[in-house]
Amino acid sequence: MELAIAQETIARWQFGVTTVYHFLFVPLSIGLGGIVAGLETAWVRTGKEKYFHATKFWGKLLLINLALGVVTGIFQEFQFGMNWSSYSRFVGDVFGAPLAMEALVAFFFESVFIGLWIFGWNRLPKKIHLATIWIVTIGSLLSAYFILAANSFMQHPVGYRIDPANGKARLTDIWRVLFQDTTLVQVFHTLTAAFITGAAFVMGISAYHLWRAKRGKDTNRKRIAAMRSSLKLALVVCTVAGILTALSGDRLAKVMFEQQPMKMAAAEALWDTQAPAPFSIFSVGDVNKGRNDVALEVPGALSFLAKSDFHSAVPGINNRADEQVKLFGGTRADYIPNIFMTYWGFRLMIFFGMTSFTIGLVGLYLTRKKFWVRPRFRTGEDEPPNLMITDKIRMNDFFTKWSWRIIALTLGFPLLANSFGWIFTEMGRQPWVVFHLMKTANAVSPNVGVGTQVGSLVALSVVYAILAVVEGGLMVKYSKPGPDVDERPPTKDPTLRMSPDDQDKPLSIAY
Amino acid sequence: MHLYDLWFILIALLWVGYFFLEGFDFGVGVLTQTMARNSTERRVLINTIAPVWDGNEVWVIAAAGATFAAFPDWYATLFSGFYIPLLIIVLCLIGRGVSFEYRAKRDSMRWQLGWEQVTFWTSVIIPFLWGLIFANMVQGIAIDRQKSYVGSPGDLFNGYAILGGFATVVLFTCHGAIFTALKTDGEMRERARKAVPVLGLASLLLVLAFLLWTQANSGNGQSLGVMIVAFAALPVALFFNQLGREGWAFVFSALTVVASFAMLFLTLFPDVMPSTLNPAWSLTVSSASSASYTLTVMTIVAAIFAPLIILYQSWTYWVFSKRIAVHHIPSGH
Repeated sequence: MELAIAQETIARWQFGVTTVYHFLFVPLSIGLGGIVAGLETAWVRTGKEKYFHATKFWGKLLLINLALGVVTGIFQEFQFGMNWSSYSRFVGDVFGAPLAMEALVAFFFESVFIGLWIFGWNRLPKKIHLATIWIVTIGSLLSAYFILAANSFMQHPVGYRIDPANGKARLTDIWRVLFQDTTLVQVFHTLTAAFITGAAFVMGISAYHLWRAKRGKDTNRKRIAAMRSSLKLALVVCTVAGILTALSGDRLAKVMFEQQPMKMAAAEALWDTQAPAPFSIFSVGDVNKGRNDVALEVPGALSFLAKSDFHSAVPGINNRADEQVKLFGGTRADYIPNIFMTYWGFRLMIFFGMTSFTIGLVGLYLTRKKFWVRPRFRTGEDEPPNLMITDKIRMNDFFTKWSWRIIALTLGFPLLANSFGWIFTEMGRQPWVVFHLMKTANAVSPNVGVGTQVGSLVALSVVYAILAVVEGGLMVKYSKPGPDVDERPPTKDPTLRMSPDDQDKPLSIAY
Repeated sequence: MHLYDLWFILIALLWVGYFFLEGFDFGVGVLTQTMARNSTERRVLINTIAPVWDGNEVWVIAAAGATFAAFPDWYATLFSGFYIPLLIIVLCLIGRGVSFEYRAKRDSMRWQLGWEQVTFWTSVIIPFLWGLIFANMVQGIAIDRQKSYVGSPGDLFNGYAILGGFATVVLFTCHGAIFTALKTDGEMRERARKAVPVLGLASLLLVLAFLLWTQANSGNGQSLGVMIVAFAALPVALFFNQLGREGWAFVFSALTVVASFAMLFLTLFPDVMPSTLNPAWSLTVSSASSASYTLTVMTIVAAIFAPLIILYQSWTYWVFSKRIAVHHIPSGH
């Protein structure tokens, strides 16, 4: 018994560590990939060098990040079999399908076309080269979609029946698995959040360079132009994606109130049914007694979040736990997820995500141009944008200085929001691995020793930690100097077959 | 033919495709430390596979994913049973991918030499462990009534499996040398061509020993036929290599790789994981597979996307078909 508990705990830690780590790179790759594709499109359409320099600059950072995102994904696929073989046997028939589709439909695209994008700059005609980065981006979106469809099945199993002969889940309707509301809302929420992540990253680094330019530490006009366009695009992306993330988050919460009410009750530390139910801003709870000692609340707001009105009753943790005890046996405590992690995970996700969105929105207002600013205040393409309070008044130096710093310092906030979001959504589902079908404790591999597990957790953590330091260092090294503005864009469309004169020239891109 | 028979063939094809493609890029990785004489030459070798290794590697992800969907029990028994070798493979795949991407990212000599060591060792260890895993899978492992491996991790390192590991490494190195001769120019091409006969004879011996042992253990008529193809193709590859026809040499060394692994799958069928404890506990294509609805769905997906994948991946090879030589490598790094 004790051994089983240890196995489950270590397997969960390993899943948590490797998944959160993997998911640091994935959203950034998706968001940044989209921005790079957008910039290259601008370059191909307008022929302006600044877009080319920006494309190359963010492209380099994208590749550093993508490398780790891709390789850490391999373990995600393997560990279902390694640590969770009972789970794999039980749901492989259903869960395996979207996973295999991810490889065949999405991952192949990404991996093959990223090679073409990196090394194809002087080999492919411009438009075909542009198509490759779009295919990579679309591939990564599809990839996320299939993985989230698989995850949604664990959150809310549909399109299956239990085979009476062997007790295993059998797929009955692939369309329901791929297109159930949980999948669609979750995909939308996760992908829009990925775009905030990419945008905040671009905003932060562009702001750093523009602030340097503002202080006269960088006078290269081409570099300023590239960073200026990057900042503007990122501010727009951040604002739009922020609005969509908030809307889809609200929708997702409503779906969760229906499908996993315990998770949402836990997210609110709402112990007992209340009508109207208040939204908790801050609370200190006592799990043993099943109540909060300190609570700061907005009356009625939770009713609104769950049911779109200000008076409906929202059942609490204790009530939900009682229901599950009736259905599945055991004690109340068996069905209460980790309240501290779910409550704070939920809040921190919202806090970090909304902070970046707000910065994007405010930034878009402060750097506005063309529509609202009188011509005399408009800055040139190669000047750092002014920060304006109204169309007449510029921000004073003190606030300007802090505005740029805040953007630069918050570039990683969405990464935290993403991590807390996943921790919340996965821990809030406990003790179920497949909701109301299989408990996490029954999902582990029965034949893998605790020693092996500990060894692998340590080995993975060490390797992942080293790579995090390496990647962080490279990101800093490559973002600090800004775009290489001496690089000449390919002037004419290169043909696939080189002319004999070109045969002996050095490769334009080589490792 | 049942759908699960078809899926056994498809999964075999994914694995075989993986070993054919990533086989030569592992081989090139091995040559970076054994054939290249200086940093520029190592860069030439890395750049012969740089645009394509990532696409090659996806084949293993597709193979694992397809196994999960089509044969959940096979996937569960395989991945939990070979936990330690697979963990090492994953760590090596992570290190290997990163080594290509990060090697040139700093101008420091130590940094680059370090990543080159990572490229080399992971290119040796991964094929060795795949060989070891496949050998054990074909030979059978201690699987209990609940379909779980109950032997110790140490049991996996038996003589037959270790031979399988070494045979795989040497065969891939030979395949990689032929690929290098095909993809490089000048002195490197000559040197790669000269290395092929030695590597070819070594692979012939090791692969012969391993496949004959396999045939004796669990062979059948079909596997014998495919084994003969594997052996016949390698001397042909060496012959074309001597003539300087690297394209044909590559086709035949690929045939050896493909036939060798195809033979392993032929000896396995209709089992997928034989049990050494009790033949009744062996996993078979019918007992380990998903229900027919899942297999039908997956068949449709595979029928649409597999040809497409082969098409665009081949196009990548065509785009990067140019030979690379030392003078193509830009200075710096």
